[in-house]
Amino acid sequence: MTQGLIDPPKSSISGSAVRRGDQIFRGITVGSGLLILLVMTSIGIFLTWKALPSFSHNSSNFFTESQWFPDQDTPIFGIAALAFGTFVAAIIAMLLAMPTGIGTSLFITFYAPKKLAGVMAFFIDLLAAVPSIIFGLWGLQFLMPHSEGVARWLDRYLGFIPIFQNRTDLYTKSLLIAGIVLAIMILPTISAISREVFNQVPRSHVEAALALGATRWEMVRMAVLPFGRPGIISASMLGLGRALGETIAVALILSAVFEVNPHITEPGGNTFAANIALKWNEAGPNGLSALIASGLVLFLITLGVNSVARGIIARRKDFSGAQ
Amino acid sequence: MKITRIAIATVAIATTLSLTACGSDNNASSSASAPAGGVTGALKASGSSAQKNAMAEWVNAFQTANPGATIDYQANGSGAGVQDFINAQTDFAGSDSALKPEEVAGAAARCAGNNAIDIPMVGGAIALAYNIDGVDSLVLDPKTTAGIFTGKITKWNDPAIAALNAGVALPAATIASFHRSDSSGTTDNFTKWLIATTPDTYTLAGGKDWVAPGGQGAKGSDGVASSVASTKNSIGYMELSFVQTQNLKAAKIDNGGGAVEATSDAAAKTIAAATVKGTGNDLALNIDRTVADGASYPIVLVTYEITCEKGLDAAQAALVKSFLTYTSSDEAQGALSGAGYVPITGDLLTKVRASVAAIS
Amino acid sequence: MSTQLRGSILPKWFAVALAGLSIGSAVMIERTTSVAGVGGTITLAVLLYLVLQTTWSFTVEGRRHAIDRLFATLMYSSFVIAALPLATLIWTVVSKGIKELDMNFLSHSMRSVSPSKPGGGVYHALLGTLEQVGIATLIAVPIGILTALYLVEYARGGRLAKAISFFVDVMTGVPSIVAGLFIYTAFVLTFGFDRSGFAAALALTILMLPVIVRATEEMLKIVPADLREASLALGIPKWKTILRIVLPTAIGGIITGVMLAVARVAGETAPLLLTTFLSQSINQNPFAGPQAAIPTFIWDQISSATPASLDRAWAGALTLILLIMVFYGTAKLIARYYAPKA
Repeated sequence: MTQGLIDPPKSSISGSAVRRGDQIFRGITVGSGLLILLVMTSIGIFLTWKALPSFSHNSSNFFTESQWFPDQDTPIFGIAALAFGTFVAAIIAMLLAMPTGIGTSLFITFYAPKKLAGVMAFFIDLLAAVPSIIFGLWGLQFLMPHSEGVARWLDRYLGFIPIFQNRTDLYTKSLLIAGIVLAIMILPTISAISREVFNQVPRSHVEAALALGATRWEMVRMAVLPFGRPGIISASMLGLGRALGETIAVALILSAVFEVNPHITEPGGNTFAANIALKWNEAGPNGLSALIASGLVLFLITLGVNSVARGIIARRKDFSGAQ
Repeated sequence: MKITRIAIATVAIATTLSLTACGSDNNASSSASAPAGGVTGALKASGSSAQKNAMAEWVNAFQTANPGATIDYQANGSGAGVQDFINAQTDFAGSDSALKPEEVAGAAARCAGNNAIDIPMVGGAIALAYNIDGVDSLVLDPKTTAGIFTGKITKWNDPAIAALNAGVALPAATIASFHRSDSSGTTDNFTKWLIATTPDTYTLAGGKDWVAPGGQGAKGSDGVASSVASTKNSIGYMELSFVQTQNLKAAKIDNGGGAVEATSDAAAKTIAAATVKGTGNDLALNIDRTVADGASYPIVLVTYEITCEKGLDAAQAALVKSFLTYTSSDEAQGALSGAGYVPITGDLLTKVRASVAAIS
Repeated sequence: MSTQLRGSILPKWFAVALAGLSIGSAVMIERTTSVAGVGGTITLAVLLYLVLQTTWSFTVEGRRHAIDRLFATLMYSSFVIAALPLATLIWTVVSKGIKELDMNFLSHSMRSVSPSKPGGGVYHALLGTLEQVGIATLIAVPIGILTALYLVEYARGGRLAKAISFFVDVMTGVPSIVAGLFIYTAFVLTFGFDRSGFAAALALTILMLPVIVRATEEMLKIVPADLREASLALGIPKWKTILRIVLPTAIGGIITGVMLAVARVAGETAPLLLTTFLSQSINQNPFAGPQAAIPTFIWDQISSATPASLDRAWAGALTLILLIMVFYGTAKLIARYYAPKA
């Protein structure tokens, strides 16, 4: 790692290797890190503490039940449908946004005319500034009517694949549309961060590749992508985080049905965050606790997803030009 | 560096705009007037989103008459409103249902050991709005409504619907029914009506969450209304005011005594006939949703203001009392039907005023 | 023997010809099979273009150039795909928002404005958003950058660093509503403070932190080690090296990260609903009393659902986007000023 090179070796030549200024500064940075740990731990502890009561009042299995009636006399609730919807919407969003986002940033960095690039970058970054409630409204009023045709087409010509099959005559308020809106929402995050990373690719690498006769794509594949891979993965993780936790836009679009339905063009679907937003206002004491429990699960899922991603980055580290 | 200059200028303008105190609270143009008085202070309330626009009109009129008073009503839902009140975040709550037994203890603690009282203040009618080309008048009864919303009746030209609508050319189209995807008092009152009138057809549980299979969910009454407006051959339930803003048509409801149009007046009759089940100054209501006199619209909803009978801070109590006195006045109640709400009338209004007078 | 150094290439007019051909065939297919309308036809045309171009280029120019052209086309189209929704979104917001957006809208609050009548403005919410996001940025930027510095410059992959970096990742997945919920229960219910703009700022801080840390971390990692080594070799203390050499080199990317964070939280609705108390009047004090913000203003106007209030909602959204643009421009200027001159 880089750090090994920077830090003076322990057996330093000079007598006083450690300077006061360095100690103080290091202390401040450690303190900031610890503060983040503290906040995260307290959120985790708090969620667990508030979620526990609901588990003892559940008359069904929390993980396999798909209904959500925590405030009934005999509470029945579970996260099966929520987990399914959250994953499907996030996967659709990632499948659409990752190639598009990375392609866009490659385009802006290496393909577009230099003068246009700045304007284009600004244009894409603007997407990040649009409030999620506006995304929701736009998705509901503009995108949904305009993407009905795509869903119909998928059903008609790819309907033999079960996920595209539509048994109702309704093509709106589906997980597919929620996934598309999420993809558009996370695109600027992925594109902005990977663009910054591509900008930092050493010019010498790029020029060396081109001088050796590589085509532009070969240059990208051999010099840019290996250098930017950890950055791309980080960018995608940030995007995925937002896709998993997005609340208002998804709540406005989905039909919020508590059912595991693999037919993604049919109305239905529900996600953890959207369910919290939809049920929060009118929830009773057990309902609140159950919603917090579902928030805790979302929290744990992110934890799991991030562990996997870290594993990938760790294995690929050798290829990274940054190290 | 032209771009730089423009950017700097924009920043300068934005900064001056926001940092100098050039903003104004003065939007004086309101024609409504409340009893003029020198009431001052700040009041916080939260709860039911069903009464949001009614509250907004009342608050405007009250603040115009009492420039020293500020009332903020956050329409975050009845459940959250009651919790806010119990947690002493607010001075009164707006709720689509009276305090539940499990909430009473918390509310009493909030009121320093005194009773919290439910005061019915805003009525509403729940309309069944539909969007079918060429159909200008539609009659539904509890049985067909339950059939449509539970997926048992799937076509508009179903014999059961046709029997109620002789002479109307109903299409052979599939019905798209819309319900609320969020928890709401509207769903609660709509299912209460189905359960009261047709327990054999609607065998599911009532409550604030929609439980029946099929149909599509939309968030909020505005979401249901815009979904119905943009989907052909659809139907959905919503407060009457949304029917008006989206230019939709509402079905007439036949409880057995003849079809009744969804109007503010017809719904007011049902609410006025409600009996009080609360004790003392608590006016929790029992509504007869099976009313079949051919003149009362049966699917109604009542929003209560919940506050302490005694035990609020003296200044806050005076302000709450002053505000609720205004909202229960003839003038304030009379303004309701224009905004798509239903006024409280008759004996019930007298009782409401007596309850407000008891706040101290 | 040929002395030609360049292989044969496609004629200049190939793109136009292929585009015409693909669009023509796509329209024909659309007519005969009635696929998915405009969107489907465009997709089909692009696919056709890719196939035709690759085949032609492969036969004339060879494999490497065919692949190069294929990916170049893919990059161009991915930009178009990304820009299209943005363009329609911006168009929707601008065309609907411009109706109400004027000086009166920017300088007035909603106090005593009836939901069904036009008038009123966003000033109270604009002020609230500036204060809330400002406070959140003031807290999150130093903590975020310092944490990233610790992770990249000091920690040697130790347990603590691994834990911190892992939890920063997890933090990105905290749904905004849970952040609001946490602050509401801890700050409001447990410590007994009232809901206020400051409580909202705390919730927004939680959402900003991971974005800032991760973006800063990435930027610091790609600062060439030579720069650090050169500075250290000159006997400059490490903290000074970091502040004078490493941070300025990475400042452009860091500012982009901070702006992404600001842009993301400025439009957050869910946590504000739990941590602030919505007001229609101006409140300059973020530490006490009800205070509005632009997202809650938009939410409030949408739920009123009258034509006049929907106009105000769109105008509020346009105001927010313009505000972010101003932030963004300012940040880029600052970045240009501090960045090392190449």
